[in-house]
Order: sequence, then structure tokens, then C-alpha cells
Amino acid sequence: MKKIYSVLVENRSGVLCKVAGLFSRRCFNIDSLAVGETDDSAVSCMTIVSSGDKRTIEQIEKQLNKKLDVIKVKTFDETSSISRELLLMKVKYNKSNRREIMEICEIMEAKIVDMSKSMMLIQMCDIPERIQLFIGMFKSVSIVEVARTGTLALQKCRETE
Amino acid sequence: MTGADAIIRCLEEEGVKYVFGYPGVAICPFYNSILSSPVETVLIRTEQNAAHAASGFFRVSGKVGVCAVTSGPGATNVLTGIATAFADSIPLICITGQVNSELIGSDVFQEADITGAAESFVKYSYLVKNVNDIPRIFKEAFHIANTGRRGPVLIDVPCDIQNAEIKKFVYPETVSMRTYKPTVRGNIVQIKKVVAELEKAHRPLICAGGGVLLSGAEAELLAFAEKKQIPVVSTMMGIGVMPTRHPLYFGMVGNNGKAYANRAMNESDLLLMVGARVADRAVNQPDLVMNNKVLIHMDVDPAEIGKNVGPTIPLVGDAKHIFEDLLAQDFTCECGGWVSVLTKYRQTMAPRRSPDPAYVDPAGFITMLSDKMEENGVYVADVGQNQIWSCGYHVVKKGKFLTSGGMGTMGYSIPAAMGAKLADKNRQVIAVCGDGSFQMSMMELATMRQHNIPVKIIVLKNNYLGMVREFQHFTYKDNYSVVDLSGSPDLEKLSSAYDMKFLRLENMEKADEILDEFLKKDESVLLECIINPMDLVR
Repeated sequence: MKKIYSVLVENRSGVLCKVAGLFSRRCFNIDSLAVGETDDSAVSCMTIVSSGDKRTIEQIEKQLNKKLDVIKVKTFDETSSISRELLLMKVKYNKSNRREIMEICEIMEAKIVDMSKSMMLIQMCDIPERIQLFIGMFKSVSIVEVARTGTLALQKCRETE
Repeated sequence: MTGADAIIRCLEEEGVKYVFGYPGVAICPFYNSILSSPVETVLIRTEQNAAHAASGFFRVSGKVGVCAVTSGPGATNVLTGIATAFADSIPLICITGQVNSELIGSDVFQEADITGAAESFVKYSYLVKNVNDIPRIFKEAFHIANTGRRGPVLIDVPCDIQNAEIKKFVYPETVSMRTYKPTVRGNIVQIKKVVAELEKAHRPLICAGGGVLLSGAEAELLAFAEKKQIPVVSTMMGIGVMPTRHPLYFGMVGNNGKAYANRAMNESDLLLMVGARVADRAVNQPDLVMNNKVLIHMDVDPAEIGKNVGPTIPLVGDAKHIFEDLLAQDFTCECGGWVSVLTKYRQTMAPRRSPDPAYVDPAGFITMLSDKMEENGVYVADVGQNQIWSCGYHVVKKGKFLTSGGMGTMGYSIPAAMGAKLADKNRQVIAVCGDGSFQMSMMELATMRQHNIPVKIIVLKNNYLGMVREFQHFTYKDNYSVVDLSGSPDLEKLSSAYDMKFLRLENMEKADEILDEFLKKDESVLLECIINPMDLVR
């Protein structure tokens, strides 16, 4: 079972290490982890995607809540949230495949944000599955470097909020 | 006022009486300031024991113990003591000196990333970066350590911060942390659910862990068990929740526990786990044991509930409050026959040992010792066969039973007994260890002598690391590997080197007489008991 944990933490040095350490210490998986400041500069939001059985998922939430630098933990699954990931990918191109690369980018709504005579830098923001699919399309092209942010997610808007 | 002065002021504000520790350059400003304070220092002989002594001090006084050690090796040495306290939820403040702030990260002399290293063994840790934060940090640290699920807090203070001038010292009256608000009172809806289950149950059983003692809920538990006539078993850390010979108490559970306690656990139709972790030594196969019963798990730490066993009826809160609330509920428990069934088990399933008359029988000896001990005496068991015999045969009256349960740290008993004795000098404190565990802490005989701490020590000597030897006997068919303790010192000569009274007991014949001599005066005595090297705990 896959779960997304949106964890608000005190924006202090060492907190990322404490939270990541908790996952390794208790043998919980981290599929992806992304951290950034929130609107309040004293608070960071960590988005962690993890998987496990029901008991593990419950434990992860409880153990996160136990950490004294953790302000709030929200747990949700993919269906009740909007998730996005940013990809930057550098590829080598030549005359024969340039057109094809541009077409794939167009179809997948990716953008070419930089280029030289032999390289292109492509940017794409989408759900993790489509990012994966997009990278797959470039298997036959020469990929030079790939950087992904990891999943960011927030719960869908509800009137009760 | 310097940072070091401020730290001492914080300790005074918290009513700290003793600091257990070992100095070094990085903690020298602190040890310089403490000279002009009423807070007393105890120079322990190795840092690990500073944490154990602070642990023993808390477990008798109820006041958070404090230790202070230097950076680098001082800090890494204390880690085992911190981990031991963490495993048993014992509050502790550990102050570590650190190299100067501007040098942190440059791997200078005696630098260790101790907050990083200790992360998984502490409830919380601080690296002080600004001298003006000291009052707030110490206020928070004591609060965190001694509330909710208790545990050690580490405060790493760079040397330059200890020397820096603090603007103004104001000790905060209250703590405000948005991330820390432990639940103390049980949810009333859950309490009602528990009551409904108790009313339906025919064979209810309470399994009490160390959390009951930490919460100071012994009286409430006793009142509840007596009022509803519900039998009680305990985990190792729960020993002492009830007097051992109470008719409703049925001993320690687990693979080293009493057969009748485990049988009670297996046959119960409702198990009320309180302040216990359901760890492997107490409940070997939790899902198997729990499948025929309703399980109610009460703990102050929500993460313990459902961690090792489930599903349960959870009840988060402090044991004392929960038992108070349960006592206030009007209900009856119909389980009269059940107690007499268990009483019969206790009579018929008592362990049968056939002691060798040529040696001291640890079981008989420990029971005899318990009977002769003062009512409120403190018995500190070490780790090894001595611990299992102690758990099995020590009889708690109104006293305390201390040991390292979760971590099973050898060498715990002597320093913890010293802390316990300092916590209450009027109480009889006895450390019981094996010859292996004794040698892990025997350097503390000097501390006892220097600070005049009259702890009594019993060494159950069998010339083996007995617990491992026993394991190798069963698991590796007597293929003993690295368990022979030849080369151990002559304890009589050792006692005389430390100016300590020495007694030896070779078999049970003179046990009565020797024990009277051992207990007669409030003084340090070392009693060596010769145990059959092949004796087993089971």
C-alpha cells in the first residue's frame, strides 16, 4: 500500500536527518522525499512517499508524531491528493532524432529549456507515473543526466477545510 | 554570568542534588562553576556508569538524574548508558561538553558528533548555539525528559558557549512547545469501551510493565485489582508493581518468567496490557498468544499500541490517571473462579530445582536474602543468569527492584545502586551481579569509597559468562566459546584493596549467618557466593 505523508516540521538544522533516520532505523521504505520551506519560514514541509502494510503505515505516522521537531503529520493516498514531480533531463541529440524529441516533448507537455549544438535540457512537471513514462521514451536517445525533485503532494480541496 | 554558571543555575532551579560525571577540557567551564554551587559532584570511574547512576537515582527518588561528561570519548562512552535509559524509559539529562562552536565539523581533538550519534537513543537532543538559549533549553529538557513517555535528553554545549556571557538569566516558569503535548488523561469513550469488555470477560488478566512504576500507579493498580479481583502478572520491568506474595500477583511473564504466569496469559480471555511494550522477551509470539482474547493496550506512548501486536482496544494515557478513572467507573467483574484456578497453577507449577549442596543455590539464597532485607529495601539486579534468578526468586515487599530490562546492559547494577543509595541514604541498597557483570563495573568501588556510598554488593560467582554458557549448552551442544572467566581477580584481595568488608559463602550451610553479617550494618560489603558453574536458570 502506498501512502503520502505530508509532514510539517520545525525548520531547524538536523531535522531532515532525524526524520530520514527514523525511516532507516525502523526499516520503513522511503520511495521519495522532498523538502521545502512553507509560507512560514520557521516551518518546512516534508513530503514523503512510503509503502508498507497497514500496521507499518500506522506506525510510520505514530513514530513521526513522536518526533519533537514534527509539528503535524497528514497521511493520505494518491487518489485523495494532487501530486506533482519536477524533472530536469539532459539528452544528446543529432539531426536525425531532433524532430522526434521535440514531438515527444510536445505530446507529453514537456519544455525544452536550454540547448547547445548537441544537447538539450528538458523540463517536465507532472505526476510521477507520467514522468517515469516520459523518461522511458528517451531510453533509445542518449540520456546524459536526470534530476527529479521527488513527489510533492497536497490533499485535494474540500469545502470543509 | 557565564553559560556554565547559567547551566548550574538551571540545575539548582530544578532542585538537582547530584551530578554524576567525569571532567575533560570541553566540560571544564561547567565543572569550574559547579564548585561554588550546592550541587554535589560524584566522580564516576567511566562515563557509561554516570548515566546508570543517574538512572538509579531517578528510580528511587523520582527526580531526574543528571550526568555531565566531556566531548569526544566522554560523550561516546556515555552512549550505552543513555541507550539503556532510553530502552527502559528512564528520564535523564546528559550534558556533554563539545569543542568550540567555530571548530565543530573540523574533526579537531576530542570532537564527536554526539547529537547525531545519540539520535536514536534519546527522546530529544540539543546542540546549544547561543548562550542566551540555556535557560529555555534546560527548562524544556527537564520537562521533556520527565513527562509523557519518559526518556533521556542530551544537551551538547560547546566550550565557548559555556564561557560566553549570558545577557540576563531568567529561568522560564513554563514550557511552550507546539510540537510536544503528551496525552495524560485517557479518552473517556475508550475507558467506557474497556469497562464494557471487562464486564463481559470471564478470565481477565492485567499485565503490568515498567510504565506502571514510572507513572507511580502502584497504589491505583493494587486498588483496582483488589476491588475487581483481577489477577496481575508483570513484565521484567514491571517487577515491584505489587508485592510478590500478594494473592492476586502471579509473577513475571516471558521466556524467562514463571510457567504459571505464561499459562495465565495464554488462558485469559481478556488481557489488559498496561505500560508494557509487548517486546519479544515478554511475549515471544504476540500474534499467537493474542488470537483467542480481547487485548486492551494502555500506554502513554501511542506508538507502542499496535507496534508489536494488534488489533487492540487502544487507551492512550498515563497509567495512574487511567486506573483512577477506571476505579471511578461502576461495574462488576465476574471472575471469582478464575483467581482460584490461577492460584492452583501457582501451587502446582512452581519451578522444581534440585540444588547441589556443595554450592550456593542462587534461588534459595535470593529468597532468603529478600526475606532478610528491609521492607523498603532496593534490590538492583545486573544482567545475566543473576538477573533471571533475581527476577524469579526475589520477593518484593514494599521496596524496589531495579534492573536493565530493554537493553540488558551488563554492569548496570553497581552504578545504579550507587545512584539509588544517594537518592535515599536511609534505604538499604543491594546490588546483585555475576562475576562477569561485576567486572564490567568494578572500577566503581573507588567511587563508592571516595564518596562514601555504602552499597552492598553480592557477586554470584560461577567463573562463566553464565547466560551465554547456558545458551551454548542448549543451542551449541556444550561447545563453549569465549565464556570462561579464568583470570578473574581474587575478590577478597580486591575488597581489601578498596578497604571494603569481604564475606564469602561457599554453600547454603552458613547462608543464614553470613547474610545476617552482610546486612547488619549500613556499610559497603562485598559478598562472594560460589555457584555451581553448570547451574541453569531453567
